[in-house]
Amino acid sequence: MSAWDERYGVMREIVLTGLNHKTAPVETRERLAFSASEAKEALGALRARPEIDEVMLLSSCNRVEVLMAAKDCDAAVAASKSVVADFKGLPVADFESCLYTHHDNAAVRHMFRVAASLDSMVVGEPQILGQVKGAYYLAASEKASGPLLNRLMHRTFHVAKRVRSETGIGDSAVSISYAAIELARKIFGSLEGRKILLVGAGEMAELAVEHLIQHQAGDIFVANRTLERGVELARRFNGSAIALEELPEALKEVDIIISSTGSPTYVITRDMVKQVVKSRKGRSIFFIDIAVPRDIDPAINRLSNAYVYDIDDLKEVIDGNIESRNVEAVKAERIVEEGVVAFARWLEGLQTVPTIKAMRSKVGSIAECEVEKTLASLTGLSDEERAAIRRMGQAIVTKVVHDPIRFIKDGCHNRDESRALSYARSIFNLDE
Amino acid sequence: MMDILTVVLYLASSVAYMLYLFFQKERFQEAGYLLFGMGFLAHTLGLTVTSVQTGYLPIHNLRETLGIAAWAVALVFLFLRFRYRIKITGVYAAPLALLAYIVAMRVPDLPPTQPEAVYSSFWFFAHVITIFLGEAALAMACGAGILYILQENAIKEKKRGFFYRRLPSLEQLDNMGYTCIIAGFTALTLGLVTGFLYSKLIWHRFISWDPKEVWSVISWLIYAVLLHERLVGGMRGRKSALLAIAGFGVLLFTLFGVNFFMDGHHGEFTRF
Repeated sequence: MSAWDERYGVMREIVLTGLNHKTAPVETRERLAFSASEAKEALGALRARPEIDEVMLLSSCNRVEVLMAAKDCDAAVAASKSVVADFKGLPVADFESCLYTHHDNAAVRHMFRVAASLDSMVVGEPQILGQVKGAYYLAASEKASGPLLNRLMHRTFHVAKRVRSETGIGDSAVSISYAAIELARKIFGSLEGRKILLVGAGEMAELAVEHLIQHQAGDIFVANRTLERGVELARRFNGSAIALEELPEALKEVDIIISSTGSPTYVITRDMVKQVVKSRKGRSIFFIDIAVPRDIDPAINRLSNAYVYDIDDLKEVIDGNIESRNVEAVKAERIVEEGVVAFARWLEGLQTVPTIKAMRSKVGSIAECEVEKTLASLTGLSDEERAAIRRMGQAIVTKVVHDPIRFIKDGCHNRDESRALSYARSIFNLDE
Repeated sequence: MMDILTVVLYLASSVAYMLYLFFQKERFQEAGYLLFGMGFLAHTLGLTVTSVQTGYLPIHNLRETLGIAAWAVALVFLFLRFRYRIKITGVYAAPLALLAYIVAMRVPDLPPTQPEAVYSSFWFFAHVITIFLGEAALAMACGAGILYILQENAIKEKKRGFFYRRLPSLEQLDNMGYTCIIAGFTALTLGLVTGFLYSKLIWHRFISWDPKEVWSVISWLIYAVLLHERLVGGMRGRKSALLAIAGFGVLLFTLFGVNFFMDGHHGEFTRF
């Protein structure tokens, strides 16, 4: 920690900028989302910028955020915006209005809240923690993160774990999949025997299929770009795998379709569905589109007896069920605040050591300077006598800084470092 | 006396169902169901007493016709409620029965003009009962259709407002509506057939091209088309609901409108 401080002489600060489902519509999030390989490349580009010292990139269907440690936060934020804009081929002006920026404690608080699922579409959802961990591990392996972010992220996981175990926030499986089931039941009444098609893969989608199975759903079909993955999933659900080419045919049979692929374009188009309407004899068909970018053409919703819900629509459904979660969320916020305070203390502790060093060093150099000056003008002193005078100089330094150092360290114990540090720095004029 | 009791019970039932609609507390729904059942009993009692006293079925004028119509609606609703357990249907069935009954009570009681022989034949009885039951069932199908449209809009337009929570699934509404249409159509068919037979008996011809007969056939055709499209063309859901609503509109006209705006031997039954 002190290594970079000595090198740069100025404290790094934490800053976070990004957009999420509250500030940007799904269309904008679609365009800015990073796949795993893209994230890796983008991290490289971000790290290469001189304004940015440490960086982590988090990209999920509901948010894209850049977490950084830098000396000049505003410059770092500007640099990150421009890197993302270049990478995605999107002018900054197109997404700038959706961005939020948090500094220092606010950034720490935001990160903790995100990982604890307090900032998610569905408060209490379990997937976000895994996503944050993935983003961190990528940054760490690409050496994009440094001591500050490393410490922050470890604390983040600790706080998230506390929230999960000490509150009931994640207890009821309230998530996208639950909302989808509720809707399916409003359409179909009983889900018994309904045929399900899973396109793609992904935790939320697979969870939805599991829920449907619990409700006695009928045959499960799985379509995946990679046949092995499809077969594997099909085996897990006791269903059958189909090739993507067979998908239009499958639409004749299935009642509920859950789609979660990484495809940048629509996997199921309006024409595909229009063609099967007749052979379905007007039976209702329900599409659940969890993917960002969306897999299912929203125009399908306008067809008779067809219903399409994308991830934003599902969120609205969940909003209605959210009251009890808010109570648990209050407890979770308290845990987050404790984490923020603890982290802030740690951060300030980083300053203690350099401050003490700087103080010692300044007083020491004053003493040394005066001692040498005096010795230079004195003649006829033996080596022993010179040594004794030098030792006196050092002893004076040690004794002089002893009380200030005690003052600073007491400040630490009384949880008042920042005041103690700032007095010390002012009294000794360390920040000129 | 029975009249007052019947109205009070239907009114209380309607109020209970309205409370259920707004506040969704189970006990309101249960109260509504119970009160409605009691109202139906009172109503039946009243009709039975009248029939026994006069010796024939009370459908000689608008007052009595409406009374029978209300009774038929009540009977069909109770059956559907028992069979399908869709509680929310009480919200339109109870007020419908109440409305028909109240209007009936406001209309003056005119003596019959046709000779007694007209009213005492079995065929007459069969014709009237099947027609009214058929119409009651199709009224319930119309109600189910309206609820279907409401719920479908809520789901499709993603505006899950007032009705979304209170209405059952689309599938249940569609099924109930379909059952009502089948039952109603069957009853209607029987009603038309018995009508033709009765006509032959009394007036020596199957059909007189009386406006009500003409419009009844038109109504019958609409439901026939609906059923055909459903069975063969797979027309379910929204279109089926819309046709059920439209069909009932025509049916209402056939039942009342024809009598008011056109002349014919059926005019007897809605004199006021």
